[in-house]
Amino acid sequence: MAKGVKPRVKVPKSASAGETITIKTLISHKMESGQRKDGDGNVIPRSIINRFTAEFNGEMVIDVALEPAISTNPYFQFDAVVPASGDFTFTWYDDDGSVYTETKSVSVS
Amino acid sequence: MSLTRRDVLVWGAGSAAALSLSGLPAFATATDDAVMAFTGGADTMDGGITLTAPEIAENGNTVPIEVDAPGAVSIAVYATGNPLPGVATFNFGALAGSRSGSTRIRLAKTQEVVAVAKMEDGTFRKASATVKVTIGGCGG
Repeated sequence: MAKGVKPRVKVPKSASAGETITIKTLISHKMESGQRKDGDGNVIPRSIINRFTAEFNGEMVIDVALEPAISTNPYFQFDAVVPASGDFTFTWYDDDGSVYTETKSVSVS
Repeated sequence: MSLTRRDVLVWGAGSAAALSLSGLPAFATATDDAVMAFTGGADTMDGGITLTAPEIAENGNTVPIEVDAPGAVSIAVYATGNPLPGVATFNFGALAGSRSGSTRIRLAKTQEVVAVAKMEDGTFRKASATVKVTIGGCGG
């Protein structure tokens, strides 16, 4: 498991039914590309987050496949429709098999 | 004929441009292959997709880009001048509020960034933007 991985997500706390909201996510991860070499000329093995998904009450919002060309601390901004109150689940899949999740609730007034 | 400073500069710029052009096709094929794999060999059309990228990126390690293609099922982004052309593929689900997404990418050098969108009707749209990179982002 990569060290110091911390997801951060910005979601509005409340929304009106059917509203489109903007979500910003960031996860601290070094995203080692597998292209770099260390001081001895050995290639540093690839270690990235290869997939990111956002779901709302189990329904898919966005599913992103990441390649090594994504920057350190992968950041994503996207829009989601909120039909009713519920929870957003954000999931990041690491190359080493770790899975990081974050949940945010939105209440519809 | 005297060699002026201006002449030297013009020749220098010209040969630099020629060099960068001659270097392109080798990388274009890798990107073309990746695009072909995504489209399944279908033709891509212009329009209907917007790729927003800075004209000049000082730091190739984090270049903000945005893709927007109303009616798209998925959007794939490629960097033609990177060691590996693939950047990211956005797949939109039922609750996606818009068919757009922003992220930050690495660019090894000045190059063209290409976005290909697969639309709901099965067609493919393509957009590209050239980004000048001052400091490369692949830690060579």
